Amino acid sequence: MAFYVVQFLTGLASAASLFLVASGLSIIFGVTRIVNFAHGAFYMLGAYVAFTLTERFSGALGFWGGIVVAALAVAVIGVLVEMVLLRRIYHSPELFQLLATFGLTLMVEDLAVLIWGPDDLVGRRAPGFKGAIDFFGQNIPSYDLFLIVLGPVVLGVLWLLFQRTRWGVLVRAATQDRDMVAALGVNQKWLFTSVFALGVFLAALGGALQIPRDAVNHAMDLRVIVEVFVVVVIGGLGSIIGAFVAAVLVSELNAFGILIFPKISIILVFLVMAVVLIVRPWGLFGKPEAPARRTPGLTVNPWRPLTMNERFAAIAVLVLAAALPFVAGNYLLTVGSEIAIFVIFAVSLHFLMSVGGLASFGHAAYFGLGAYGVALLAKMAGLPMIACLLLGPLLGLMGAAVFGFFAVQLSGVYFAMLTLAFAQIVWSIAFQWVSVTGGDNGILGVWPEKWAASPSHFYWLSLGIAALAVVILRIIVFSPFGFALRATRDSPLRSEAIGIDGKRIQWTAFVIAGTVAGLAGALFAYLKGSVFPDNMGISLSVDALVMVLLGGVETVSGAVVGAIVYKALNIWLVSQTDWSKLVLGAFVVLIVVAFPKGIVGTLEALMHRRRKSSSSVSPLLTSRIESAE
Amino acid sequence: MSMVPTLLSVEGLTKSYGGVHAVRGVSFELRAGEILALIGPNGAGKSTCFDMLNGQNIPDSGRIRVLGAETTGKKPRVIWRMGVGRTFQIAATFPTMTVRENVQVALVSHGGQLFNLWASTARHARDEAGRLLDLVGMGAYAERPCGELAYGDVKRLELAIALANQPKLLLMDEPTAGMAPRERVELMRLTARIAREQSIGVLFTEHDMDVVFEHADRILVLNRGSLIAEGSPEEVRGNAQVRAIYLGEGLVYDARHREGASA
Repeated sequence: MAFYVVQFLTGLASAASLFLVASGLSIIFGVTRIVNFAHGAFYMLGAYVAFTLTERFSGALGFWGGIVVAALAVAVIGVLVEMVLLRRIYHSPELFQLLATFGLTLMVEDLAVLIWGPDDLVGRRAPGFKGAIDFFGQNIPSYDLFLIVLGPVVLGVLWLLFQRTRWGVLVRAATQDRDMVAALGVNQKWLFTSVFALGVFLAALGGALQIPRDAVNHAMDLRVIVEVFVVVVIGGLGSIIGAFVAAVLVSELNAFGILIFPKISIILVFLVMAVVLIVRPWGLFGKPEAPARRTPGLTVNPWRPLTMNERFAAIAVLVLAAALPFVAGNYLLTVGSEIAIFVIFAVSLHFLMSVGGLASFGHAAYFGLGAYGVALLAKMAGLPMIACLLLGPLLGLMGAAVFGFFAVQLSGVYFAMLTLAFAQIVWSIAFQWVSVTGGDNGILGVWPEKWAASPSHFYWLSLGIAALAVVILRIIVFSPFGFALRATRDSPLRSEAIGIDGKRIQWTAFVIAGTVAGLAGALFAYLKGSVFPDNMGISLSVDALVMVLLGGVETVSGAVVGAIVYKALNIWLVSQTDWSKLVLGAFVVLIVVAFPKGIVGTLEALMHRRRKSSSSVSPLLTSRIESAE
Repeated sequence: MSMVPTLLSVEGLTKSYGGVHAVRGVSFELRAGEILALIGPNGAGKSTCFDMLNGQNIPDSGRIRVLGAETTGKKPRVIWRMGVGRTFQIAATFPTMTVRENVQVALVSHGGQLFNLWASTARHARDEAGRLLDLVGMGAYAERPCGELAYGDVKRLELAIALANQPKLLLMDEPTAGMAPRERVELMRLTARIAREQSIGVLFTEHDMDVVFEHADRILVLNRGSLIAEGSPEEVRGNAQVRAIYLGEGLVYDARHREGASA
């Protein structure tokens, strides 16, 4: 019995830190409508800075002062980020905001390694809370008791802040209707900045307070952000009470889940989240989101199938690509195969994201499932390569069918957060279920059969499948189903009113995208000869997002160009620098801020403008002018 | 008149939010080819009533039947398949598609082809889409991006979309809101003509009394959730209770219409 009580208290102590971070995220979202992906990065920075300060300054004052100063210092960094970056993208589509803050996260990860080194740092214990308290023979660290008290205290302080101060009233008003608050003459700029500062302060404080419990490392940002996303999805984005209740719930589920499913405890949290999402899609304490505002600057040019000339051009490019083995060496061919595989991956995400309007932040899960599908079939069942390539992606299909069902119940940022959480769950299973997946060691020795083994043959195989995937997805885009999917994205209200079951359409699209991603993963497993948990990691999901954005999210074929450019750049970059995340992150931020239309989108806009200026005023417009007179 | 079948029958429709009775015991019928206006001051329960009819809101009690089939509490998409088209107060169309494609999507849905992954939508029911667009006077705009249209044209396009499933009943929520006066008259004349030709029943809510009195065959007046008057435009215009609710408004319209008619 005492053991369970202690387990319960440990859970409560973990909840405190989680609550701080989640409430910060919620407050920022409530006012600015930005889901701050970089929240985990600020949490991590809080921990690192606090580590440095508490090591430098001794004594109780040094420790507690260090923690508070660290949180304040990170809050100042947060203010700078808000002023320099976020102010530029408040009016961008939410996908771009998520992506920009994600780019920031990547940069911070590399910067943390650069400053503090790659090793785990173990901080000192908290003065005054070094010991443990005996509870019927079980030890409870007294620091845990401190955290258990701290959580509700912070909740109370936040409550007072929002209920009893003028600033708090403004924040609550802005959470309800920020346009109205602006219309009433409140200086929104500084309201947003101060809210962001408070949110970042809470995240950094949450990180700093973890030092006595956990080692500081440069992967803690992603771990916490996934947990925080789960917390806010359960509790309801924008609700502080919700963040508290859900933080306790998730922490307790983790604490007791370990006892029930020691290997895959995260399953329990997932199940609870799934139930909450079915019963209350906007979270326990959240409010249903108003339908997303129309994204400004969305395509005015309707999509069209390629003209005859464009088709010939595409075939010519394909023939040229197929001739590569006659001029290039083995290394280049391997790079070419990899690029072809990522073209498949990128177009699958593009289909979901641009056609369906569903920006998945965890698309790598289905890529990875396809790869593991192949590896398991080849190694365990010993099936021939063709059979593996055909059946392996079915694992991606099944994963997409299960997760997609839940994910399409949501939209916008909730969808993004949920897909990310799902991908993390799949990743953890691959990582933890060592007996089947080999855990961190992966599954080795997945080599193609003789007929596809040579680099040139494998290149042709990849290129052929990539061309096929692109063509098939294009056909689907212009099929009745593709139009129904776009209709659901354009106007859920209208599509429902003409008999379209939007959720079923989106679910089908999710499954199609997941299967195609699985196909890419299956080829990837053969290309590398092995699979690892990282084949379904977050950075791979982001790679796909960046490829789509780089090519142009509002174009039909941007993803192909984006994948080729990005992958070539990435392979080259990794060979040139150790700080690829830093460069990549900066690159992502740059695209979002400077080139939101992407390569193909920008080209199209340029061509469109030239066509417009060359042709005289359209007859339709003239007739309209006449009738107006 | 009794030969014309009852298209829509509403019995004892009731909805309350907390202690507020938004709609209480509303009953009425609508016949094929008839144009029925639902009017009332702000907060009278028009929108709540309307949302229950088209499935966006579920009534606490009461029954709604379309051609004898129960639609109470069914989803909008199910109600659409039972032959009910609708337009929204703020026109809802697909801005990233061309005008023709907007109609084609509705035709695809009507033809049960939503999960067809292979066919070409561009070729699907192209002529029929063109016919619908001609019907609402948008034929010349068929290849234009919907996002570039003037609002009045968007409204007409929306009407074409709503007609794609050959509806028996058309629900129009403030069809002329946000339009210029001349466009209002045009849209309502168009709607009335189509309704008569295809014997479609039309139920619409409206704030513009000119539109209501000129185009409605019959008018329902809601106040505080209850029907307080029902009848022809003349009957409603002469109703003292309605005048009281609309204060001077009813008189103004009254006078203007009589003068307009004699002029």
